[in-house]
Amino acid sequence: MTSATTPTSGQPQPGRPAPEGSGYPPGTPLPEHLGEPIVRVEDLQKFYGTNHVLRGVGLEVREREAVMIVGRSGSGKTTLLRCINFLEEPTAGWVEVDGLRLQADPLKPRNREHLEQIRQIRLRAGMVFQDFNLFPHMTALGNCIEAPTTAAGVPQAAAIERAEYYLEVVGLIDKRDEYPSRLSGGQKQRVAIARALCMEPKVLLFDEPTSALDPELIGEVLRVMEDLAHAGTTMIVVTHEMHFAREAADRVVFMDQGVICEQGPPEQILQAPKEEATKRFLRRFLLE
Amino acid sequence: MSGLGGVGGFGGPGPEHAQAMLMVQHPLVEQVADARRRQRLRFRLTVVFVWLAIIAGVAAAIAAAGAWDWEFAFHYGPLIVLQGAGVTVLLSVTSIVIATVLAVFGALGRLSSNPVLYGIAGFYVSLIRGTPLLVQIFFIYYALPRINEDLFTWPAIAAGIVALSLNYGAYMTEIFRAGIQAVPRGQTEAAQALGIPERKLFRRIVLPQAIRIVTPAIGNDFVAMLKDSALVSTISVHETLWLAQRFGRSEFEPVTAFLIAALVYWALTIVFSYFQERLERRMARSDR
Repeated sequence: MTSATTPTSGQPQPGRPAPEGSGYPPGTPLPEHLGEPIVRVEDLQKFYGTNHVLRGVGLEVREREAVMIVGRSGSGKTTLLRCINFLEEPTAGWVEVDGLRLQADPLKPRNREHLEQIRQIRLRAGMVFQDFNLFPHMTALGNCIEAPTTAAGVPQAAAIERAEYYLEVVGLIDKRDEYPSRLSGGQKQRVAIARALCMEPKVLLFDEPTSALDPELIGEVLRVMEDLAHAGTTMIVVTHEMHFAREAADRVVFMDQGVICEQGPPEQILQAPKEEATKRFLRRFLLE
Repeated sequence: MSGLGGVGGFGGPGPEHAQAMLMVQHPLVEQVADARRRQRLRFRLTVVFVWLAIIAGVAAAIAAAGAWDWEFAFHYGPLIVLQGAGVTVLLSVTSIVIATVLAVFGALGRLSSNPVLYGIAGFYVSLIRGTPLLVQIFFIYYALPRINEDLFTWPAIAAGIVALSLNYGAYMTEIFRAGIQAVPRGQTEAAQALGIPERKLFRRIVLPQAIRIVTPAIGNDFVAMLKDSALVSTISVHETLWLAQRFGRSEFEPVTAFLIAALVYWALTIVFSYFQERLERRMARSDR
């Protein structure tokens, strides 16, 4: 393949070849809209007792990149995601988000300084959960302004303005004063996305965001996520929605037995996988 | 009646709903409903009758023995009822408020990773739950002033409030601990992922939800406290039982005096149980 044929735009360094560690096959061009690496995971290990869940994972995610992590259940993809913002404490390895680098060290005393470092990582990495976890005693708007006002020091009025903007983005501005108990599953998840966006994080982590939804509600959530991806939101998504991954991903990462088995652009991973494990995994989806 | 009885139908099994559902009216349906209604009414009337019969029987027995004295009732009754109930409610309300605050801190201690706080809270709960309330009342009123006269020389009512607060605080510590633990783990994780600092996380996310969970239990404890507060009559706090005892003894009218006291406690518990039930029902509704 010769150099990229796509027209150049104002994006940084158009058509540059994919560097090592970027997750794209060497020799191919990096997608043009990608910026510099913003999340870096190095040699991440996680044990649950004697169960070795992550066996040295390295992952680099660039600005405006949408990375979808797929794999069988138990392959470590959710654990990897939860280790990035330290909801799980990694056993060993490094995590870097937006220049903030933290070495996993379970023996380190959990003092104020350590907790504050973790908090700083979390301020930069928003998360959307499988089962939404909206605060039930607050309205949709209340959910969205809670963290900006209490964790980021945004003044109330500015937080409300911001919350209204992001509720608009997810299409739920008319539900701003509803409590979560009066929202459908899809609406709850969209509020949860707005809530995460309100912290204006550098990267959004999605942990199987549609797995707890009724089939007819999945579409509305995926549509919002796809819009975000196309608008240049940096995101790492653990998902089982292969169709969505093909449409919205810049890169698909296939995990197997605690390591990244194969990764690359969606056409390559989902349509022409090289590894036997990837083929086996995808075959099951074709049968469905 | 329009063919689409849908929208109103969600309001519950009201008569409209029944009619909307029954496109074809079967004569038996109305008859069955009538019979049920009559059955329910008969049941209720019988219950009321049983209560009245028991009350009449007891009243007749007391009157026949010549044990009830109207003169005493008119002369001392208002005092016992008004002052007695007033002091009883004051004692109980003050103590339940203090006990609730103690219980929140107690529960935080019981859940703390700090061994000192955990130790203090555990000691408190163990000591208080392991000794009789009456012993605690005596110790606080009679013994503590001997240990430090300046610090612990207090009016009987203050000693009573301290004893009741400490006692109920210990029992309610366990209630709050369970309530805090009953708040789903995902709530804490969501708040952590948003970067909300630990202290605010507890105050704004966990505690409000825990309070909702424990409110029925606190209501129960309050009703129990109304009755346990009679124990502080032993250190001559001028509450319901103390007044009844005092005048019942001096006028040789124990039956009338203690009956009035009993009726005061009974009436108070009925009133507060009613409010508690309403509160619970209202909270259950807003939860959905």
